[in-house]
Amino acid sequence: MDVIIHGLSLDIPLWNIKPPRLVKEMKYTIKKDPHQDERVQEIIEISGQNIFSCYQCGRCSSGCPMAEFMDVLPNQVFMFLQEGDVDTLLKAKTPWICAACFTCTVRCPVGLDLAAVMEAIRELQLRKNYDYVDPYKVDERDILPPIALVSNFRKFTP
Amino acid sequence: MALKKIMYYPGCTLKGVAKNLEDSTLATARELGYEFIELPGWTCCGAVYGLAQDSVKFTIANVRNLIKAQEYGKEIGDNRLIAVCSMCYNNLRRAHIDVMRNRDKLKTLDLFMDEEPDYEGNINVQHYLQFLKEYGFDNIAEKVNNPLKGLKVAPYYGCLLLRPDEVAIDDREDPHIMEELLEILGAEVVDYPLKNECCGSYHTVDKREFVAERTYKLVSVARDVGADVIATSCPLCFFNLDRRQEIAKQKHNDFEHMPIVYFTQLMAIAFGLKGDDVLHFDRHYISPKEVLAPWL
Repeated sequence: MDVIIHGLSLDIPLWNIKPPRLVKEMKYTIKKDPHQDERVQEIIEISGQNIFSCYQCGRCSSGCPMAEFMDVLPNQVFMFLQEGDVDTLLKAKTPWICAACFTCTVRCPVGLDLAAVMEAIRELQLRKNYDYVDPYKVDERDILPPIALVSNFRKFTP
Repeated sequence: MALKKIMYYPGCTLKGVAKNLEDSTLATARELGYEFIELPGWTCCGAVYGLAQDSVKFTIANVRNLIKAQEYGKEIGDNRLIAVCSMCYNNLRRAHIDVMRNRDKLKTLDLFMDEEPDYEGNINVQHYLQFLKEYGFDNIAEKVNNPLKGLKVAPYYGCLLLRPDEVAIDDREDPHIMEELLEILGAEVVDYPLKNECCGSYHTVDKREFVAERTYKLVSVARDVGADVIATSCPLCFFNLDRRQEIAKQKHNDFEHMPIVYFTQLMAIAFGLKGDDVLHFDRHYISPKEVLAPWL
């Protein structure tokens, strides 16, 4: 049976279209009240952003230069936060791939500083003395500009 | 004519790998009648601004630099502090705006730094491009004696000159300040749609492949719009776009190298300063000598 969407005929039935990669791989649990979740509150406190004001317009993800390397898109980060699912975000690569370029921050229609929220998710781990990058195992130390090393270690080490 | 003195914040990278940026900046400023004096006793700016709201420690170094500028500024009678590196500019400017908006934060910092005087908030942190605009592009045109006629340049701003909004040196989505300068120097400026996109920044340390992908995209698009060379102002963008072309070339067969230069180097060439002590082309991975040969 053909399915017709906006006058276009699809050869495959709708129910055979695979769901997006993320939905397949990532499971999330909805908690009773994310507002009361301790770690969500901590993220709000560190970032200073009201994560509940995001309404999923997707402007952040569409302009993100690093989105192609991310496993959870920036707007999906807010989806998980609003559902109180911090565990998924702590396991995700996204906060460590954000380059803090502020493209999303300046474009967000509700004025959320997404870079600060990403930093807060990193801080949750870094403040427990977690090293994402080992400064002793960095290659090309002699040719890298000092700002690259300083900024990298500031973002990725406690 | 005696040179006018003005404070200048070099930052760590200009003292090391980005000697080409520092020397071309100082040389061009001297042509315009200014002597850039290194801020006495400057310290690291921290490269990225701390975004955690519950911590003030990341602002200490910047405010300390601003206090040093405040004291030295009184001596020379100019409260402008010029930064050339995008990261230094962004950090110092953001710190200034941050403590002016959050006086509690400033009070905490002032109490913590008991050896220094309090920060009065009168330092005007400027990027070199802003300084040049204030000086007047028309006045700069008088100094051009070797116009870069026929050189097609793609201006690349990167992130930290334009974002966040409070520190932007120009419109964040469609900046024109570098175009204006390059046109005064006689160059042909191409319309480069990715001029405000991120280069991958500090990921160059641990995720080189990602940065190489960004470089591939940024350089390929610059070539598609007809540029011979990309002009930038940030030493980290310069490193990423220049050095990571090596990996981009290995990964993509259709990739062609393109030289990256600082806008100050183009300015120096247009002013007739062609010495190696100013340009330092040996510090480029992709040498711009061939492309710039007609003007050297």
